[in-house]
Amino acid sequence: MADTDVRMTVNGMVRRGTVPARLTLADHLRQNCGLTGTHLGCEHGACGACTVLVDGEAVRSCLVFAVQADDTEITTIEGIASADGRLSTVQSAFRDHHGLQCGFCTPGFVISVTAFLRDNPDPSDEEIREALSGNLCRCTGYQGIFQAVRAAAESLRAGSPAPEAVVPAPPDS
Amino acid sequence: MTAAARYAGTRVQRVEDTRLLTGRGVFVDDVVRPGMLHAHFVRSPMARGRIRSIDASAALALDGVHAVYTAEDLNPGVREHWYSLIGRNVPDTPRPPLAEGEVRFVGDPVALVVAVDRYVAEDAAELVVVDYEPLTPVVSYVSATESEELVHEAYPRNVAGTLGGRPAEDLAGTFAGAAYDVQETIHQQAYSAVPMETRGLIAEYSAPTREMTIWASTQSPHEVRLFCSRLLGLPEHHVRVVMRDTGGGFGQKAVPQREDMCVMLAALRLPVALKWIEDRQENLSSAGQGRHEHGAARMAFDDDGRILAAAIEHVQDAGAYPVPWPVQTAMVVGLLFPGPYRVPEATFTCTSVFSNTNARAAYRGPWQFETLSREMLLDIAARRMGMDPIELRRKNLLRRDEMPVANPNGMPYDDVTPLETFEHALDLLDYEAFRAEQERARAEGRYLGVGTSTYIEPTTTGMGFLGTEGATIRIEPSGKVNVYVAGGSSGNSLETTVVQLTADALGVDMADVSTIQGDTAITPFGGGTGGSRSGSMIAGAVAETASVLRERLLAIAAHRLEAAVEDLELVGGQAVVRGTPGSGISVAEIADLAYFDTGKLPPGVPPGLEASGRHKGQAPMIWANATHVCTCEVDVETGMVTLLRYIVSEDCGPMINPNVVEGQIAGGTVQGIGGALFEQGVYDEDGNPLTTTFVDYLLPTSTEVPTIEYGHVETPGPGPGGYKGVGEGGAIGAPPAVVNAVADALAPFGVTLTRLPVTPASVVALVQAARDGGPA
Repeated sequence: MADTDVRMTVNGMVRRGTVPARLTLADHLRQNCGLTGTHLGCEHGACGACTVLVDGEAVRSCLVFAVQADDTEITTIEGIASADGRLSTVQSAFRDHHGLQCGFCTPGFVISVTAFLRDNPDPSDEEIREALSGNLCRCTGYQGIFQAVRAAAESLRAGSPAPEAVVPAPPDS
Repeated sequence: MTAAARYAGTRVQRVEDTRLLTGRGVFVDDVVRPGMLHAHFVRSPMARGRIRSIDASAALALDGVHAVYTAEDLNPGVREHWYSLIGRNVPDTPRPPLAEGEVRFVGDPVALVVAVDRYVAEDAAELVVVDYEPLTPVVSYVSATESEELVHEAYPRNVAGTLGGRPAEDLAGTFAGAAYDVQETIHQQAYSAVPMETRGLIAEYSAPTREMTIWASTQSPHEVRLFCSRLLGLPEHHVRVVMRDTGGGFGQKAVPQREDMCVMLAALRLPVALKWIEDRQENLSSAGQGRHEHGAARMAFDDDGRILAAAIEHVQDAGAYPVPWPVQTAMVVGLLFPGPYRVPEATFTCTSVFSNTNARAAYRGPWQFETLSREMLLDIAARRMGMDPIELRRKNLLRRDEMPVANPNGMPYDDVTPLETFEHALDLLDYEAFRAEQERARAEGRYLGVGTSTYIEPTTTGMGFLGTEGATIRIEPSGKVNVYVAGGSSGNSLETTVVQLTADALGVDMADVSTIQGDTAITPFGGGTGGSRSGSMIAGAVAETASVLRERLLAIAAHRLEAAVEDLELVGGQAVVRGTPGSGISVAEIADLAYFDTGKLPPGVPPGLEASGRHKGQAPMIWANATHVCTCEVDVETGMVTLLRYIVSEDCGPMINPNVVEGQIAGGTVQGIGGALFEQGVYDEDGNPLTTTFVDYLLPTSTEVPTIEYGHVETPGPGPGGYKGVGEGGAIGAPPAVVNAVADALAPFGVTLTRLPVTPASVVALVQAARDGGPA
């Protein structure tokens, strides 16, 4: 099968490539775009480490082919902090609450939580635990992560700089 | 002459976090080398078989395939394959890079494909035709000693080795004369480290200069270097190992394994770098597993419930190719079985048995079965004796004022507080209130339970390979500080720890200190992360090195300020006359003198501000201890276990950073909860692994995990700062606390829990059997 041209906007920058049909979006981002912050923990859609935003939706980039993401807008972990390096509210909360240890699963958590709090700014503890259950962490026992999400939700509601500034909402929302 | 600690003991932000939160970390798969090739293994599809032939012609014909190596190509290149931790003078078990003649478990590496990318390498692996003659596998280590089949021909009865204590007959009289002789065989399933980042490495060899550079995901870059140098017969200084971020290790990345050997050997034959990144299926079937063992545990008690003797016959699954040598590590189970209790007499045997399954590999608290079996047995004993398990422990737990004391197997305990953490954890729970709540719940047909687990663990060995740690500190000409230590941080915050300790030792701001770790070319030798050693050993290394620089900084400052050295202190990045703010000279100014204006240095003070030092552990090991208390509700109809409260009272001495300590406790505890309730490496009767994805191998998620409450009892240990290790304890203490809580909830049914994991199906079966009046 012939390679296919793809064009996507990744973290605000247009990226073009010619890719085999079977190349995953994760591998495209890592290998062709040099965005190695997106991590592969299982390659079968179970651990959530490779989560990125595709047109605003949290998506497991190991389960999507690059060609399927043609003509989309993508945000990876590299696009979450502001251009001058200032951490987003979610990122700061993870740092403040020891929400990461080895950091391998962290990009997936930050992306998933960013989308979750955009859609549900005032979640209950139960909803937070449910929302986090699609991402696996082996270091923290989820203690700091849970605290971080609760704190991030509170700061966002209190009006700290919203991650929405850099994360586009899905077109239909 | 130490400055007041400004950072040690506080919850400072981690220096690692900004890069890890923004995708700027560097894990091994993030490293790209010019022209780099990619490796993928052809693995055995059967548990045991003879390799008749391997035909790689179709694979080699595929566009993009560079090479297919078999045992014939790689194995003769092995010079030595022993681990520094164990040494060369043990009867080590076999460790061929690729399977030679016979495959010994599903996943056994048979050939190594090298191609332009991983996609092509995996395509090619499918084209390698291996003709196997199936052989009858030894699937269960439990029956392996009776099997006619042998995993390794040189090991009769499939026994890798047995070590033991006193002859069991010595204790026969004590058991026979005791008021209570309680015995039970406890079984623990196979479960694994499962770091979120799988294993992997890149090896790049320069033939003209005979230099090897390796980028690794490892807990111990210096051990990777030593191992590689011995494996390939290269001088140690011709091997450079680099790691920045390692995505979890938990023991699995403590030493290089067979796949790493293959990649190192293959790199010698390639003109460019070779990368291997393990996939999750490989990780769950071939990267090694922990636990999987059983033990006949036995204790004798007097009328009052005082322990008279303790004995265990422990048998563990070594798998096909254990790493490291399992026989010595197994003995720790026996040595520590008496645990934190007053036990007059004890003995043990520990046996490692081969099977045609995944290897036994180090996993967080590898000897954890001593705590599991002892703590489960104590609860069983208390029920048989009609005694509250808390009261039984109170009578027998060692107290701080009894230290030092040796256990009956000769383990020299000191600086520990078993009874103190026990009482502290029970206070946090309010034990009496829980029992009242439990009674009310039972009246409503709801089953609540409480379980405890108390252990004592050896951390920070002062012996052998792990017995020292070095640090180099460079105060640069601008006054900024770089600290070099061996590293191997795998999530355990070693960078933050080093920066905190160095900033305190030199009286400078944390922001003015950076640390460089994980590159063997520029960091001093160190054993890496393992054995709960890093915090305390690094504290020693930094203290040792910083003291030299403090002396030099103060000598220069005293000369410059025309003050006496004794009147000066280092604080806030300045050397100041004590009690006279504004009187000082900054570290930056001192550095300027030390490097650029050396004529102004006092006589006898050398130029520059660099020092290296090495700390040697003061004690054979530093003991730490903790109590875990867990409460749960069990739905006896569905078998569902819901954890309600989880309390850990730990004594790891003073804390360098409470966030890091609690993070280690929580992470270990949740791994232990996983082992008690969810995780299991399962094989079918033919030796096929059934749990090779995250859909089958169940890690705890945020919805199953309770909030963990911490209690800290702080008793200084014998090392620098009084710091003790804390990395492994959570994974040791959690499984028995959880299992005991479930057993307590089910006590009204008269069931006895002896097998992990406690799954919904096993709970329902136990309750059903009890209701049917059958054996519990």
